[in-house]
Amino acid sequence: MTPLAAAGPVIPDFGRGSSCVRGNGTFCWDWVDSHWSDTLRPALVQHVVLTLVAIAVGFAIAFALALLAHRRGWITTPVVLVTGLLYTIPSLALFQLLVPFTGLSRTTAEIALVSYTLLILFRNTLAGLAGVPEDVRDAARGMGLTRRQLLWRVELPLAMPAIVAGLRIATVTVISLATVAVFVVNEGLGAPIYAGLQQTFKTELIAAGALCVVLALAADGLLVLAQRVLTPWTRVARSR
Amino acid sequence: MQDFVDAFQFIGEHTALLWQLTLDHLALSGAAIGIALVLAIPLGVTLGHVHRGSFAAINVSNVGRALPSLALISIGVAVLGIGFVNVMVALIVLAFPIVLTNAYVAVDGVDQDAVEAARGMGMTGREVLWKVELPLALPLIFAGIRTAVVYVIATATLASVAGAHSLGDVIVDQATYRLPGVLGAAICVAVLALLAELLFAALQRAVTPRALRLEERGASSVMLGDPPLTSERTAST
Repeated sequence: MTPLAAAGPVIPDFGRGSSCVRGNGTFCWDWVDSHWSDTLRPALVQHVVLTLVAIAVGFAIAFALALLAHRRGWITTPVVLVTGLLYTIPSLALFQLLVPFTGLSRTTAEIALVSYTLLILFRNTLAGLAGVPEDVRDAARGMGLTRRQLLWRVELPLAMPAIVAGLRIATVTVISLATVAVFVVNEGLGAPIYAGLQQTFKTELIAAGALCVVLALAADGLLVLAQRVLTPWTRVARSR
Repeated sequence: MQDFVDAFQFIGEHTALLWQLTLDHLALSGAAIGIALVLAIPLGVTLGHVHRGSFAAINVSNVGRALPSLALISIGVAVLGIGFVNVMVALIVLAFPIVLTNAYVAVDGVDQDAVEAARGMGMTGREVLWKVELPLALPLIFAGIRTAVVYVIATATLASVAGAHSLGDVIVDQATYRLPGVLGAAICVAVLALLAELLFAALQRAVTPRALRLEERGASSVMLGDPPLTSERTAST
């Protein structure tokens, strides 16, 4: 009997936070450190996946529509109207308006995110294709290129800067909007942000928000690099 | 579809609530837009007039777009606490770069021949700015304002998570209002954003001098809400 009494009063052990965490500091590095692998990293990975899927699907749709509109000009106006309408609807509302159709699921989040990329990607791709000088087209035709060859070998490479510019805007936009997807599916960096909003301890929220900004800037930087690699001629022209 | 029928029923039954929240929504958006305009337009126009600071004026909007609105509002909560002012500051931070970049690009890009002609006629720098550059730059400045307005109205929906009132109150509170309420409020927000877009598109047309309107027709594919407009130009040039 004595050992228990000797051990003193039983105080439940809830673990030890650092003095910063216990004192509810504004930002605690050690919290980030200890929750990186169980909270922040999975959220970051989910966020990247959400973004990549949305951009890939959105680009496929917008690219196909742009090629079509490049051939048949009358398609442009209806496509711009519809995608512009989607683009204008606030994200929080659009996510919810899709719930009756696809439920509280990743699909809902992706449909909404894709719909925000369409206007940007369509308009930039089309503008890039339309910006190819007529002389260049004539020269290509004179060399005997078929319509298809003209598109893939001349027009699309020349449109690349505009297309990549569109991808940059769309990617950064989606990374930012994907945080709002937390209201329909508990994934991505929106999850720790939302969790952080519900509590007085703010480190989780600040860390996730900062990660989101860093992710957007990193993605933007990567796309700039990709454009440099894909269009070496633009650099030569500029340096002269 | 039944969900949407219920949603419209909800709108019919809760008109007073939704109207009040719409007014709150507009007050919040209006305050943020107003302050952002007062800060950004003079700065952008001045920088454009003297053709200085292009790097900062243009890149501020690229960085601005990277700021996730939810994160920004949330971090605002952490720093400034909950409420109207915090959300308004976050919305100002979101609107400022869009307006600034457009104002800068608009004035900076005014045809230099026109400016030189004005100088040749003996106009002072101030006269050139007010009589030549600003009228010519107005459509593009207004495009920035329009984009910012639609963006702020859309983002003000998120204000509810930070303790300010907007139509988002209903959207984020599914426990109280159920799906019909959430959908009804979402429909209201969507309509509000679209109305703002149409209104400002009409205003933009109205402030565009008739001579410039003809030119504009060629670029009329650029019509609904566009942060891309400026960044397209800045990114590809």
